[in-house]
Amino acid sequence: MQLRIHPSSGVPIYRQVVDQIRYLITSGRLAPGAELPGIRALAEQLLVNPNTIARAYLELERAEMLMKRHGAGTYVAESPRKLTRNQRASALTESVDALLMQAAQLGVGYEEVVELLEERHARVTSNTP
Amino acid sequence: MTSLLPSPSSADSVVSVNGLTRRFGSRIALDEVSLHVPRGSIFGLVGENGAGKTTLLRHVLGLLRPEAGIVRVLGLDPVAEPVEVLSRTGYLSETRDLPDWMRVDELLRYTRAFYRTWDANYAEELRRQFELPPDQRIRSLSQGQLAKAGLLVALAFRPELLVLDEPSSGLDPVVRRDILEAIIRTVAEERRTVLFSSHLLDEIERVCDYVAMIRAGRVLLAGRLDDIKAAHHRLHLRFGATPHRPPRIERALSLCGGGREWSGVFYGDRPLLTRSVEAVGAEILEEEPVSLDEIFVARSSSGWSEAPYQES
Repeated sequence: MQLRIHPSSGVPIYRQVVDQIRYLITSGRLAPGAELPGIRALAEQLLVNPNTIARAYLELERAEMLMKRHGAGTYVAESPRKLTRNQRASALTESVDALLMQAAQLGVGYEEVVELLEERHARVTSNTP
Repeated sequence: MTSLLPSPSSADSVVSVNGLTRRFGSRIALDEVSLHVPRGSIFGLVGENGAGKTTLLRHVLGLLRPEAGIVRVLGLDPVAEPVEVLSRTGYLSETRDLPDWMRVDELLRYTRAFYRTWDANYAEELRRQFELPPDQRIRSLSQGQLAKAGLLVALAFRPELLVLDEPSSGLDPVVRRDILEAIIRTVAEERRTVLFSSHLLDEIERVCDYVAMIRAGRVLLAGRLDDIKAAHHRLHLRFGATPHRPPRIERALSLCGGGREWSGVFYGDRPLLTRSVEAVGAEILEEEPVSLDEIFVARSSSGWSEAPYQES
């Protein structure tokens, strides 16, 4: 599992870990049932505090993306929790708003944003097995 | 196994400093410094050279007697009980003073004699991992090897507390990585505790749970790194009209810009910040997270020494 940590980006490190693992799971690069590295091993690999990894794993467990098997490590959940349509939409609203605001500031038109979305969508889904 | 963040109550503090003051002649080196290092944490001391970090660490090790205030390490007074404290505390000084006429293997045998808990297998494992030839003289080691030899000696008796003064000072990135790895491994095993100073904020931000920022002998800010980061924001502002002089905004630690657009580092909850920004006739265009480096610079220049996260 390859994660990249940017300590001085301002984004808390546990948040970077959560977001990247979430991305690996939703993009299919981490399959359901796949085992994640242990907390200590990942902390040493990324050179970050073990508590940070523990916190990220805990948050992903609470979101039912990961599950702990009794004394046997952490795995990608077999069937990620199904969210209602509203829940899914509201989870994305903030990011969409930020995207639209940034586009407006840069003078990028709405059509161009949609084009970019399609282009990125094609790129991201091509990584899915 | 690693547990979640330890609770910061002073009862479970491995190092506890209260109102520590120290003068050298007329110069005040530490001015009523208080901080608590929770068991199992990695605690980073941040500050410029001469801020008082080394002086503080020397008090923790019992090498200096407090002029005023109280220092407790593992529940003990390090000045009154140096043998007990030092037998449970690993220390790497910035100068890495090791007996330079010894060979690496002699250094290990010599140091071993001082510690009941010395783990010879672990020492050998570290020696191989750090690639230190047993027959090499200390004086002929490179800066990086010297730091590793010092770290080996500080780790091999599996101390409850590891104190490192500027461990990566003057080292190349490869050796710095080895040192950070050793720090991480130390806390990952058996809830040991690390207290280290560094002027490399990037490094502190990576590995620390808790941070204290020290400036001119005073604690500017101390607390859980995540809390400190969550409480600071970079805001980009637009004023309704160009301010006549640089604007003054409540909770702004720094501000720069010109015309109607200004940006700066702010401290506080978002609703509170929205209010103080609106109070001066501006709106928030954008909000960004800030790095520890930016927080430190903003705090240092604002001279704002309120320490809202100081544990009691």
